[in-house]
Amino acid sequence: MKRPDGRVVITPTLLALSATLSATVALTLATPASAQSTDPIKIGVIAEAQAVAGASIPQAAQLAADEINAKGGVNGRKIEIVSYDNHSSAAESVRAFQRAANEDHVNAVIASYISEVVLALEPWTGRLKTVMVTPGAASDVITQNIAKDYDNLKYTFHGYLTSTSLAEQVCSAAQDLLVKDLHMKTAVVMSEDAAWTTPLDAEYVKCLPQIGLKVLDHIRVSPDFTPIYNKIEGEKPDVMITGISHVGVQPTVQWKQQEVPIPMLGISSQATNSSFWNDTNGAVEGVLYQGVSGPDVAVTPKTLPFVSAFKQKYGNFPSYCGYTAYDEVYYIADAISRAGSTDSDKLVDAMEKTDYVGTIGRVQFKGKDSPNPHALKVGPDTITGLMLQWQDGKQVNLWPAGVANGKLKFPKFIKVGSAD
Amino acid sequence: MLFWQILIDGFAISSLYALGATGFALIFGVSGVLNLSHGALMVAAVVAAWAAGNDLHVGPYAGAALGVVVGLAASLLTYFLIVRPLQSSRKIRQEEKEIFILTATLLWGIMIQELIAYFYTNNAKTVAPIVQGVVSLAGVRTPSNEIFTAVVCWLVIGVLWLLVNRTRAGKAVLAASMNPRGVTLLGIELSQVYIAVWAIYGVLVGVAGVLLGMFLGVSSYSVGPLTASAFSIVVLGGLGSVSGALIAAYVVGYLETLTAYLISPAYRTIPALLLLVAVMYVRPRGLLGRR
Repeated sequence: MKRPDGRVVITPTLLALSATLSATVALTLATPASAQSTDPIKIGVIAEAQAVAGASIPQAAQLAADEINAKGGVNGRKIEIVSYDNHSSAAESVRAFQRAANEDHVNAVIASYISEVVLALEPWTGRLKTVMVTPGAASDVITQNIAKDYDNLKYTFHGYLTSTSLAEQVCSAAQDLLVKDLHMKTAVVMSEDAAWTTPLDAEYVKCLPQIGLKVLDHIRVSPDFTPIYNKIEGEKPDVMITGISHVGVQPTVQWKQQEVPIPMLGISSQATNSSFWNDTNGAVEGVLYQGVSGPDVAVTPKTLPFVSAFKQKYGNFPSYCGYTAYDEVYYIADAISRAGSTDSDKLVDAMEKTDYVGTIGRVQFKGKDSPNPHALKVGPDTITGLMLQWQDGKQVNLWPAGVANGKLKFPKFIKVGSAD
Repeated sequence: MLFWQILIDGFAISSLYALGATGFALIFGVSGVLNLSHGALMVAAVVAAWAAGNDLHVGPYAGAALGVVVGLAASLLTYFLIVRPLQSSRKIRQEEKEIFILTATLLWGIMIQELIAYFYTNNAKTVAPIVQGVVSLAGVRTPSNEIFTAVVCWLVIGVLWLLVNRTRAGKAVLAASMNPRGVTLLGIELSQVYIAVWAIYGVLVGVAGVLLGMFLGVSSYSVGPLTASAFSIVVLGGLGSVSGALIAAYVVGYLETLTAYLISPAYRTIPALLLLVAVMYVRPRGLLGRR
């Protein structure tokens, strides 16, 4: 049976369907029952289990819990990880958070690498008085919100670098690798359109001129990069400074297919995944990206033992948020131990005093009076970050010099310095 | 320079749209089915081609072939598992079947999408390109893969045209799209025609998917947008009209490319959608719609 207006009949069906799908879940705001001293300590993990970056979060958290439990737990209490797959959706994350706090009575939550998701969860940390640490979101707004409403939002901790810190690390690395070594003078900033790149770009535009790279243009991009690369090529910069995460594959593949002769350096979150070479069929060759970890890079004495334990247990390498999630379980456990309680307010006090050497460096949080309370401190004494490059299917670390295990090398189609 | 860039880029993407939408239009024209699992079938073909290269370590040709085979298999599975049982059901009233099939294919697409995300993550995958490198076309450095994409798309569309217009089976398909009752009166089993159409559709979906995978890469998130893009092209061209879909594919492809180059890539899809709305008002049957 065909109808002359086949498309008209769709509307009610889709409407009905979406109405069913979006049926709201009623909330019960129960007070968490106070835990007995022998009960396990529960840590909820809300993560993007279907994404390469997110899949490592519950796995690494479980690994840390197993290790702590094998050594007797925290003051005799075992750690139990309760995982929730959020399907990369903010709405599902909020439901998972409510369930974690109200039904499963978790003592703390580790949540998400997507800034939009963490920003949606943040008010709920105050409403449900539950400590949350993010292993991978970057937006500075997360901690700026804490500064504005400390009493309510003090339960949120930023367990990964803020976008501003990321940009600062990119600038430091670019100064050594591009300005000092290759005498580059100009750059175009190219970032995806998302919450985390707004502060990233602002810092790029500020710090690049300070290290001697003039910013010729600043482009916010969408999935189609062909016109963008043509435009950037016309501006003849020495380098493209990137801020790409969620759209990672397309810009990388188009860069290679079009043989854009300008190197890329900056944040390319998906390039930190060991599977990215296969996902792009090697198009990532030569891409420079900031990371907090890399294969065979002993950032701290804990890094390589963690990587090998993870590889042994799960058969693949952890993503960047695997490292941070692993550390987070350890320092949450440490804070509970120091607080002598799982009471959220006492836990916040103890978390603020965290001084823990983890897999990516030394973890300390910025104080209440900082413009970014509960953001990680960065710098030579805490977390420096790395600048890595994909070379022949391998992630090679180039910066800082002390932990470098390779030399800068570009694919043939890149013409260094020919632009000016 | 900019003119040539837009012309070349727009041609490649439009050809891909044309191939993707042709199958979608064919299915609707012949059997009245709007297959909302279209995007999911395409993504399944891409992921199969990708997995063949990375897990089975086969070459780009074998990988692409496997992708097309999976597109074909997924299409036939959709027909036999989802569409045919609903079409032949006696429990559903005839006039409601269209809605049932629409909903069922939509849900089927979501199931495929979730399965892909579960087994292969929701990160984007690219298929190893068969041709690499760049060539200079009118001063524009063009990836050879872009030319390859356009050529293959037109070869496949050409073969399809020959099949429909020059073979007996193809003529039966064409006849069925004009008058299903008349075809049965000629002694042609309509269900055989449907199977043939779904098989052709499967190959088209497979080829379009694999080419898209080589060109831009896709993830499980691409399922919705791919279905939506085929759907709007087909509505614009006129539901059921294959030649309308071809023209509409180029209108949409060039409109998007023009927007991307002259305004901003961020607004790339907006003018095409506005055009679609305008066509709905002025000419609801689309550019070449017959009904």
